[in-house]
Order: sequence, then C-alpha cells, then structure tokens
Amino acid sequence: MSELLVLPLVIPLAAAGASLVFWGRRRIQRWLAVLGTGSQLLVGVALLVQVRSEGIQVVEIGGWPAPFGIVLVADLLSSIMVVLTGLIGFAVALYSLGTVEARHEAFGYFPLLQILLLGVCGAFLTGDIFNLYVWFEVMLIASFVLLALGGRRSQIEGAIKYVTLNLIASIFFLTAVGVLYGVTGTLNMADLSLRLDRLPSPGLQTALAMLFLVAFGIKAAMFPLFFWLPASYHTPPPAVTALFAGLLTKVGVYAMLRVFTLIFDNDVGYTHTLILALAGLTMVVGALGALAQHEIRRILSFLIISGVGYMLLGLGMFTALSLAAAILYLIHDVVVKANLFLISGVVRRISGSYELARSGGLYAGYPALALFFLVPALSLAGVPPLSGFIAKLGLVQAGVVTGDFLAVGVVLVVSFLTLWAMARIWQEAFWKKPSEGASTESVRLGIWSLRAQQLPIVMLAAITIAIGLLGQPVFQLAFEAADQLMQPSGYIEAVLGTELPGDGSADR
Amino acid sequence: MELVMAVLVGGLFAAGIYTMLRRSIVRIAIGLVLLGHAANLLIFTAARLTRYEAPIIPADAQQIAEGVADPLPQALILTAIVISFGVLVFALTLIQRVFQVVGSDDVDELITTDRPEA
Repeated sequence: MSELLVLPLVIPLAAAGASLVFWGRRRIQRWLAVLGTGSQLLVGVALLVQVRSEGIQVVEIGGWPAPFGIVLVADLLSSIMVVLTGLIGFAVALYSLGTVEARHEAFGYFPLLQILLLGVCGAFLTGDIFNLYVWFEVMLIASFVLLALGGRRSQIEGAIKYVTLNLIASIFFLTAVGVLYGVTGTLNMADLSLRLDRLPSPGLQTALAMLFLVAFGIKAAMFPLFFWLPASYHTPPPAVTALFAGLLTKVGVYAMLRVFTLIFDNDVGYTHTLILALAGLTMVVGALGALAQHEIRRILSFLIISGVGYMLLGLGMFTALSLAAAILYLIHDVVVKANLFLISGVVRRISGSYELARSGGLYAGYPALALFFLVPALSLAGVPPLSGFIAKLGLVQAGVVTGDFLAVGVVLVVSFLTLWAMARIWQEAFWKKPSEGASTESVRLGIWSLRAQQLPIVMLAAITIAIGLLGQPVFQLAFEAADQLMQPSGYIEAVLGTELPGDGSADR
Repeated sequence: MELVMAVLVGGLFAAGIYTMLRRSIVRIAIGLVLLGHAANLLIFTAARLTRYEAPIIPADAQQIAEGVADPLPQALILTAIVISFGVLVFALTLIQRVFQVVGSDDVDELITTDRPEA
C-alpha cells in the first residue's frame, strides 16, 4: 500500500485546490479545512502503523529508480512527524472556525493553511535533499503570507524580519546542496550517506556539515541564529502562531535529525559536540529570554527556542537513548507548545490583552480554562506524570550514561527556569485579581462562545496527559525510531534496494 | 574558467552580504537577489564547467554516448530561479507594504515588534 505515503501530500493539496475553487464560499472552505486536516491525521496514523509493522516504506515518484529519481521515504521518525502535522493541523483548523476574522478568510487563510501543511509533510517524507529544499520553500511562502495576513504594523515588521532571515537560511541550504552535489554527484540522501563515506577529504565533509548546520539552525531557531523568532511569532493571530510554534521550527529540527544521523555521521566528535554545546546555549538563552518578557506570547516564543535546545541536545549526545529522548521531547513539545498558544488566544479574548500586567482573575471566572492551561504548562516544565517529564527524564538518563554531566545540569536548571516562567503566567493571568484597567465587558464573554476554541485545547491537553500516563509504549516507539536513525543501513537498503557490504554497515 | 567563476561567486556573496548589512530595506531585497545569484552560479560551477554534447540518446543508439553534459545542475538552478523569483516578488510587495505602513525604509524604524502591545 504505497498510497499511504503519497496521501499525506495529496490530501492537503486537494483540499487547498478545492478551497481555491470555493473562493467566495467561506463556510465550505472552513469545513474543507477540518475535513482535510482530519483525514490527514487519520492517514498519518495509518502510515505510522504500517511503518511500524512492515518497516521503512519507500515510493519512487514517477517510477524512476532510487538514486536518480525522487523518492518518498517514511521511516518511524517521518511517520511520527506526519501524525503530529495532522494533529496540529486538525486542532488549528477547529480553533480557526471560531477565531479567524472574516478579512483573513477573505484573503485565503484556509487554503494557505493547507499549503503550509503540504510543505511540512513533504519535508518530512522526502528522501531527496534538493526536494527537501523545495518543500522548505513551499512551507515558507505559505508561512510568509499567513504571518503578514491582516497587515497590522507589528505583523508587517515581524514578517520582514522572518522573511529575510529565512530566505538567507534558504540560500545557505541551496549553496550547501550545490557543493554537496558537486562533491558527490547525487542528491538522494541514502546515496549521499554512502558516497560521503568514500570521500577522501574529511575537512570538506565537515565544512559541508557546518553549512547545513547554519541553514537548518536558522530554521530551527538554534542559538545564536534564533533572532527572527521572538521578533515575529507574537504578531499573527493565535491560531497561526500555534501552527508555527507546533510545526515550523520542528521541521528544522527534523532536518537536522535526518541529516546529522544519515549523512554527516563520520566526524561525530566535531559536529555533534558542537551541536551539543549550541543546544545547551539555546536552552539557557531561551529560558532566560522567557523570564525577561511580560507578555504571554513573547514568553512562549522564547520557550520555543528553549524547547528546540532540548531536542538538539539529544542529537548532540548521539546515542540511541538520547535520540529517543529527543524524539519523545519533539512529540511532547509539538503538542504542548501549540496548545499553550491556543490558550493564549483564549486568554486574550477574555481579558483583552496578552500583557500579563493587564490580565488577571481568570481562575475565578474560568476555572476549567485554568485547569487546561496548567496541564501543558506543567508538562512543559517537566512535572510528572505529564509528557514533558518522561522526555526530560530520558535526556537526563542519556546524559548520565554518556557522562555529559554539564548537559544534565543544564536540563535540570532550564526545567526549573521554565517552571518559573510558567508560574509567572499562572500567577499574573490566572491567579491575581483583575487589574483596574481591565475591561469588565469582555470578561462577561459566555462560556458557550468559547466552545469552538476549547475543543482543540481539551483534545491536546488530553494527549499530553495520555503521553505521560502511557509513557512506556510511547517511549518504546521513540526508541524504535531512534534505533532506525542510529542504524542508517536500514534506511539506505530500503531506499536503494541493495544489500550493503558488511564492512560499510559494521562501523555504524 | 573555474577560477573566474569562483571569484565571481565569492564576489557576489560578499556584495550580497554587504548590501544586506545596510540599513535600507530595499537594499535587503537587492542583497537577497545577489545572494541567490551567487548560490545558483555556485551550483553551476560545482557541477563542473565542461563543453559536452546535450545528454540525448541518438535515435539509432541504445544508450547515451560518452562525454555528455550533466543536465541535473541546470534543472536544479532552474527550479531555484523560479522559486527565488516567486519569493522575491513577495518580498518586494512586503517591502512596499512596510514603506506604506511605517513611512520609512530604515530598518532601525522597525521596532514595533519589540514594544509592548498597544
């Protein structure tokens, strides 16, 4: 059943196309978005089940054999990411039903949403590095428009920073791909993995690895390349920010996980130690930045950066356990961050502001909302039994095993700082009395009008709790995915369809 | 020839980065264009500059003759040019919007995103 690999791309493309046909019929566009993202989620789950039972799935597009044509490849990591894309897309589409302004819809909010999901899924599934560049661009152009849609001054200013830095990243990526092709004569990632091993000069390889590190580092908002993120992520409507927070930086993280396990795994002592150090700095800077902010979405934006650090830390340690913990953190972070941004939208709607100083009293008026804020907030800080706890426990364990005690210390300290940042939001927005200036009119907003917004929040919070309670099976899945990453011979054999010679796979 | 191209690519990268470091937003767009050209020429050069036949199998042959040009880098560059063209059009529209909204093309004026929400 190779259709399962193509469907995550065909569904959003078809939904986007249909939405464009019904340009003026917004009701149809809305339900197309819910239907499209919902079926994408189902297809993603089916793909994950199939990959888990039958191994890595490969489709050669147009029937061109592997190293020459473009292949779609789904290993466990890719299919996990496709499931998460469907999930966040579905949650955001539901949330958008009640929140997106008519003037945003009139300029194609829903088709753009689908095209963004198309680009994200394509990036997760492709097995060709130039094709990855193309999917990045599909994703970026959709995100550019979504970010600027509405045209408020802060949005336009945020958009120009986001657009410029992401285009520079794309040019770095393109340059790296060009040099890589010049050196190896191939673009297929499995083939690249084999040919780079035979390359005589390790220096050129490391230089290429650094080019990719910069390109993906900008996309993933890694220290010191994260400046575009806190300058832009707090400007668009909350549904868009939730989508970006959940998926876009994670595409950068995914690309790093893929490239630095499959292609650049020969000079681990240099490249992965560098990633480890940058990851630690990313975590600390993100958490400290969050503490310096006074507005919910800016705090959360900095915590995205800190979260990216956790995932890269797992890549930097480069053991099966640490990669499993990184993948688990990725799953947890996508769900939790998207949910927190969705909640920030509700907070804004009730209290009329994202500013902590100007909000308050939400616990008294909306105890259920407060509860559903606490679940992702505490999970992000790593409080058991929620999903963040298991992921951080895995990272700490991996750090103890490899002897990276500094990294372990950073994980623990940054978790504490995260808890502090979340506690500030809790205390200011939920716990303290409403401030004098707060408008009382908006506080009377009925619980019913929030229903459409609450459904995805409840859904994502339930998933956070479920990941925490079902820790063992989820960790098992992440471990299997990490195992596939640590043994690229399986991926290469699945793509190229040939048995590797024994000596090639033994040292991996 | 490779040397000339290498110097040209390096020069374009330097010019692009220098232009982007200026304070004017329009120069950022010009810098992006230069960087894009540099990347495309780099792919072109990295794939070896050789005079060969087009890679087309003759009608009476079963496989391609020896010594044909590699068509793939040109396909890559073509794709990259199309993408960068589309992105550039968007960037120019955005810059025009910035000028309308902010009333200036000075990057240092773009500080609303760092201020508290009004």
